[in-house]
Amino acid sequence: MILSSDKKVFFRSKWLPWVLIAPQGFIILAFFFWPAGQALLQSFQQSDAFGTSVQWSGLDNFAALWRDETYLESFKTTALFSVLVAGLGISLSLVLAFFADRVIRGIWLYRSLLILPYAVAPVVAGVLWLFLFSPSVGLVAYVLEKFSVDWNILLNSTHAMTLVVIASVWKQISYNFLFFLAGFQSIPKSLVEAAAIDGASVWQRFWTVQLPLLTPTTFFLLVVNTVYAFFETFGIIDATTKGGPGKDTAILVYKVYFDGFKAMDLGGSAAQSVVLMVIVIGLTVLQFRYVERKVNY
Amino acid sequence: MVERHRFLDLISHALLALGVLVIVFPIYLALVGSTHSAQDMAQSPIPIWFGQEAWQNYRTILLGEGPGVTSQIPVARMMWVSLVTALSIAFGKIVISLLSAFAIVYFNFPFRKAVFWGIFITLMLPVEVRIVPTYQVVADFGMINSFAGLTIPLIASATATFLFRQFFLTVPDELAEAAKMDGASPMQFFWDVLLPLSRTSIAALFVIQFIYGWNQYLWPLLMSTEERMYPIVMGIRSMTAGADSQVQWNLVMATAILAMLPPALVVVLMQKWFVKGLVDTEK
Repeated sequence: MILSSDKKVFFRSKWLPWVLIAPQGFIILAFFFWPAGQALLQSFQQSDAFGTSVQWSGLDNFAALWRDETYLESFKTTALFSVLVAGLGISLSLVLAFFADRVIRGIWLYRSLLILPYAVAPVVAGVLWLFLFSPSVGLVAYVLEKFSVDWNILLNSTHAMTLVVIASVWKQISYNFLFFLAGFQSIPKSLVEAAAIDGASVWQRFWTVQLPLLTPTTFFLLVVNTVYAFFETFGIIDATTKGGPGKDTAILVYKVYFDGFKAMDLGGSAAQSVVLMVIVIGLTVLQFRYVERKVNY
Repeated sequence: MVERHRFLDLISHALLALGVLVIVFPIYLALVGSTHSAQDMAQSPIPIWFGQEAWQNYRTILLGEGPGVTSQIPVARMMWVSLVTALSIAFGKIVISLLSAFAIVYFNFPFRKAVFWGIFITLMLPVEVRIVPTYQVVADFGMINSFAGLTIPLIASATATFLFRQFFLTVPDELAEAAKMDGASPMQFFWDVLLPLSRTSIAALFVIQFIYGWNQYLWPLLMSTEERMYPIVMGIRSMTAGADSQVQWNLVMATAILAMLPPALVVVLMQKWFVKGLVDTEK
């Protein structure tokens, strides 16, 4: 599929293509394949804290993960977190894009402001929202207190989860919005007009014409948002809750980092890396299923 | 639109305005926060309108001297580290991807498809899933605390290679044919024909990769153990590390504004290419 179309004209050289590929090739071998292979190896090994003795341990590391309550908890946390982030992020931006598609005047201003969060680093996004939700100085915490809600992200795990979800959704909304807006604008006007002539209201047209045509976009965004929630929210979590309180917002990526660099459990961290790799591969395959479908449309 | 619908138009604008307000509010508050003194920011509720201390705060953090500065390194240095990193990553990715895409599209060599898939498969190996072993490799190369360590491991790019490949495939074969007939070497063709044609794709990728580079966090967290190699995104994190009550929110917010400024400018000013790049790379 992907390599189906080729050029008819080629240049001839035995060595030039290899020279051209060399820089990328070197980086990929040294920093992608070699480390990935190492992770795979280490996941089947047991080493002491100083790395002086290494032993093969078969599937022990994976079995240990399976028995590890905190790891299974982390899986549940990640699942809940990504469902919330993807679900909220997609629905909110769909609503915004729907109205932005109707607006002619001022669209440039709306769009310029709505894409701002894309430019903000996850850590900075985390810091901004932490500032709003911080128990001592946070504005939102202050307002909540007026409604006698005892807001404390350091003690209450629901509060902590709410904060990381809000910050993550905020950061991703620009991306989703741009894709939905492009989606709405690519729907042929004649279809919407035909439905209008048949007497369909704005609401009916959205559900019966526009939304079905946006299914591929929505599905694509679902995959992208899941990947985002799984991997790219590390900075947000590190800046706001540090995985706490306890381990209640420690998603899988945060745990890999923590176990590998703070707790120095190399074998366990490598086994977690391998599990994550399997998840990414699954998600990427899903994404390409989508690409193929779109091509065959 | 299909019919004029006064009421709905009004609702559209109202809802969009509300959405924009909510989205922009945290950034606005950061801007306000960066103009107050530390005392003002320690009270509750914090002020929501601009204060008088902007000059003082930005001076303090940029130069790294004055009351409340905990880090040894001025923010100006951190911004320099971020800028060099972001530009190197953006240019590096574009250059090596252009070269590999050129090789894959315009040459027929053994293992061509294997090479393409080799590059492509790196999509499935983000830094996050191989942090510890990648760190070990970079440490073995002695690249910890260097710009090389901050950038080189990140400049392989499957998406950029893929985008350029797709673009090259749409370039008419007649151009290469004509170049060959005129006796141009492959590199002359690349330089004089292909590169000028790729300008829009390059601009689009530049926006996306600059932001990617500027906003890196996990990687510098491993690579930069000395403060002089902290990018700003990482520096801001160390400023909020203390207890809640000790955080100098006015300085943190000023740093946050400076950390947001360059990528925000790039996105807003290069909006057209940015949107195109985003939609194209995901095709």
